[in-house]
Amino acid sequence: MNLDLLALVLQTALLLLLAPLVSGCIKNWKAKLQNRRGPRIWQVYADVLKFLRKDMVISEHASWVFSFAPYVVFITSLLVGLMVPMLTSQAPLSLFGGALAVIGLLALGRFFLALAGLDPGSAFGGMGSSREMTLSAIAEPAMMLSIFTVAITAGSTDLSQIVQATQGPAWRLLNPTHALAFAALFIVLLAETGRIPVDNPATHLELTMIHEAMLLEYSGRYLAFMEWGASIKQLVLMTLLVNVFFSFGIASELTSAALGVSLLLYGLKLLALSAAVVLVETTNAKLRLFRVPDLLSAAFVLATLALLSTFLFQ
Amino acid sequence: MDILSATLLNLSLLGYVVGAAAGLLFLRHEKSANLFTFGGASLAALFGVIACTVPLATGTAATNQSIELFQSLIPYVQFTVRLDPLGAFFGLIVSLLGLALSLYSLGYARGFYGRKSVGVLGAFFNLLLLATTLVFLADNAFFFLIAWEIMALTAYCLVSFEHEQEETRNAGVLFFVMSHIGTGCLILGFLLLFRASGSYGFDTFHVLGDKMPSGQRNAAFLLFLVGFGVKAGIVPLHIWLPAAHPVAPSNVSALMSGVLIKTGIYGMARVFFDFLGTPPNWWGVTVLTIGTISAVLGVLYALMEHDLKRLLAYHSIENIGIILMGFGAALMFLHTGHPLLASMALIAGLYHTINHAVFKALLFLGAGAVLHATHTRNMEEMGGLAKRMRWTAFFFLVGAVAISALPPLNGFVSEWLTYQSLLQGFGTTPSLIRLMFPLSAAMLALTGALAAACFVKAFGITFLAQPRSEHARHAHEASFTMLLGQALLTTACVFLGLFPTVFLKLLDPVTQQLTGLKLSAQLSLANGLVLAGVDSQGGTVSTLGLTLMAVCLLPVPFGLWLFCARKSKTRIGPTWACGQPGLTPQMEYTATGFSKPIRMIFKALFRPRRDVQRDYDFSPYFARTIRFESHVEEVFQTRIYRPLNRLVLRLSRRMRALQAGSLQAYLIYIFVTLLLLLLFAL
Repeated sequence: MNLDLLALVLQTALLLLLAPLVSGCIKNWKAKLQNRRGPRIWQVYADVLKFLRKDMVISEHASWVFSFAPYVVFITSLLVGLMVPMLTSQAPLSLFGGALAVIGLLALGRFFLALAGLDPGSAFGGMGSSREMTLSAIAEPAMMLSIFTVAITAGSTDLSQIVQATQGPAWRLLNPTHALAFAALFIVLLAETGRIPVDNPATHLELTMIHEAMLLEYSGRYLAFMEWGASIKQLVLMTLLVNVFFSFGIASELTSAALGVSLLLYGLKLLALSAAVVLVETTNAKLRLFRVPDLLSAAFVLATLALLSTFLFQ
Repeated sequence: MDILSATLLNLSLLGYVVGAAAGLLFLRHEKSANLFTFGGASLAALFGVIACTVPLATGTAATNQSIELFQSLIPYVQFTVRLDPLGAFFGLIVSLLGLALSLYSLGYARGFYGRKSVGVLGAFFNLLLLATTLVFLADNAFFFLIAWEIMALTAYCLVSFEHEQEETRNAGVLFFVMSHIGTGCLILGFLLLFRASGSYGFDTFHVLGDKMPSGQRNAAFLLFLVGFGVKAGIVPLHIWLPAAHPVAPSNVSALMSGVLIKTGIYGMARVFFDFLGTPPNWWGVTVLTIGTISAVLGVLYALMEHDLKRLLAYHSIENIGIILMGFGAALMFLHTGHPLLASMALIAGLYHTINHAVFKALLFLGAGAVLHATHTRNMEEMGGLAKRMRWTAFFFLVGAVAISALPPLNGFVSEWLTYQSLLQGFGTTPSLIRLMFPLSAAMLALTGALAAACFVKAFGITFLAQPRSEHARHAHEASFTMLLGQALLTTACVFLGLFPTVFLKLLDPVTQQLTGLKLSAQLSLANGLVLAGVDSQGGTVSTLGLTLMAVCLLPVPFGLWLFCARKSKTRIGPTWACGQPGLTPQMEYTATGFSKPIRMIFKALFRPRRDVQRDYDFSPYFARTIRFESHVEEVFQTRIYRPLNRLVLRLSRRMRALQAGSLQAYLIYIFVTLLLLLLFAL
């Protein structure tokens, strides 16, 4: 019991502390690839701390939903993170929910984020909310189908069970099912975290923005919670991807040696995935809004193919 | 039947009768009519809740015998009711909603003082509750059909209550026609069952299907599917639903969306799982397909609405689809011989039935309160109500979260069960058919996400930002009883969301009756804290655990606040308006604008029409006035119903020649018919 509690606290701390680092790395590398010096990788921590200390301005038109949303976004991201196995193959909260609860909680956070975008009554916020809800709706079937495909091969929607199953001998990355499901989920990851072919995380005040448009009226500690929540969500989705599809080295027992190896490998896997995201972001232009559904339906088709291939190859 | 439930049930039925009579008695005394009709209905419904819950909780429902309400003088017809588990479960739904809605109506009906007759409204309201309860409890096909008809007719009267408007009258007629097409199919279906059993008693229909020839059995299945499908509002038989639900008074809309369409679900559960025996595969496939299509199309059309009540009506179609996905999967599992999975899928459907009843009624009550305060159903004229109607906004938000299937509320739990059934269904059969399960699960995911988008729109445009009209600016909070009704349903949403394993115990007798298995013990882990699939390896979820964990995590943001931001101050300021002098409601996103991306992405389905007229002096970029009109019409209206309508009219015009008005001709018709019949009899 105590060990479980320790694992819970550790994973919470890891989520809180690692998330800004991953965002920082991506920002920094992206700048390097574009021949800029870019912000230091620690810059995101400094930003969050700065926001936390600043005074807040709240819109006079906003209601209580506006002040409630940052907490929902922050807490749901953390909760989701606790349901995904990070260093150990048993996630601390895996009994409380698996893949379905992960999708549900992410949707809950998004629901309140979108409401908060509408609340101050500015046109930007409404635009962001509308687009966010539309694109996430289109992304959802692809996400569900690829997670389902993985769950079918593992026989469970519980993420810990899935990771444990993927550590078994039957799991190979070159298996077409897994490769296709990975590709589908990677596209969904880009969409869900607002990365470049879908949304541009580096822009403010542009008519193309989605996520940032909803945050436009936020300041001070609410903004800190929103930004931090978003980066935790990004970390969680990346963790989901690397740990489900590249599950080697995840500690199955709580010994310090196993945990150390696991942490090291986890860090390397995250860096590799971040590098992939950076490459995609620098080599692609942002898609026009109404071209994004094409991309997401491609993800859906990939997920369907993954599903069909379970049928053909097993 | 144990004495307590029998007495309470009788009292409840009597209460509705008395309430209806009181309404007619106090036609001229609005206040007494209001008090006695809706007060009577609340009491009767309260008795009904207890009468239905006790046998389900104690498990005595299975042994309940039928009781005769009154002596019948006609052969084959018996006015018998039986509080069996399935009937008791649906009886619980109607009574629970009846209670909340009657309380709400005590306040809501005051809006009709001096305009409309509250006595008539109350009388029909009571009659509708009575007829619906009898539909769920009737133990004889004839009695069932009689109750079914009374229900349809009272519902028609209630839909047409505000008949001064043409829209209302048209909707009433449409409801009437569609409803009777359904009833026609039901009569034929029951006649088929009668042929096989020789009696109209429901007890003789039990697993009758296995003894029927397969042609008749399939015909019965199709007839019941259409007959009950019309009432439930499955696509493409749904067209009456978005027309009729919004025009009725809001308490009636809630009753119709919450309970009335569930009579169709009840009928399907009764007939498919109790009467028709082991199903062939295509039944399940059909029901699952219809469910999936209804769910997706229902939510897509809901997104196009900016009439708050029509939007909610379309969501009823969506949720009926989700319920039928559970039922369809259950039928498929019964075919392949997996009773355990079938029970779980059935539970998913039934759980979603009560969930939808609760949150949809809650949302309609919220919409009613908004309508009461702003005198419009058009969302584009609302806004800013969260500050003016705090409690209504809160209750509506809870309903919106629940219907969008977001954790930790009840919609999430039943959809989780549906997902689990669909996922585990993949292993039940080696044939290609099994691909249907994950694909419909993906469509369910699409439905859920679109529903969330729709309710961001519904809540955001209605309650947030600045008011868009004078009416919305002067909106006021609803009265106490109206809030009480909403609070009751909100509590039910939270309870059903956080304590699913407690509630599932009530479903034990129902699944035992329909599939022979009890699942509640298997579906709950860790003393009921955690809900599990039938295969506990398959996945677990605990909404209560997640909520508690969320509370445990709250110290993180608050600690950060105390630690880092103690000295920071909070100012209230205007929203940034791009440097313009002030933010006006015209700058806000509209409901139509909000759903525009979805309208564009699915334009092949919606075929949106828009009309823009600009008046300008020298350049089209500087218009003096712009008139914009955008219109989405349902593809079923244009492609199916309108041509059908024209065909019927053309045929009737031809038939008119027969009815020339000459008596001699009519006599000849009668004579020829008689002759033909005699020849036929020989």
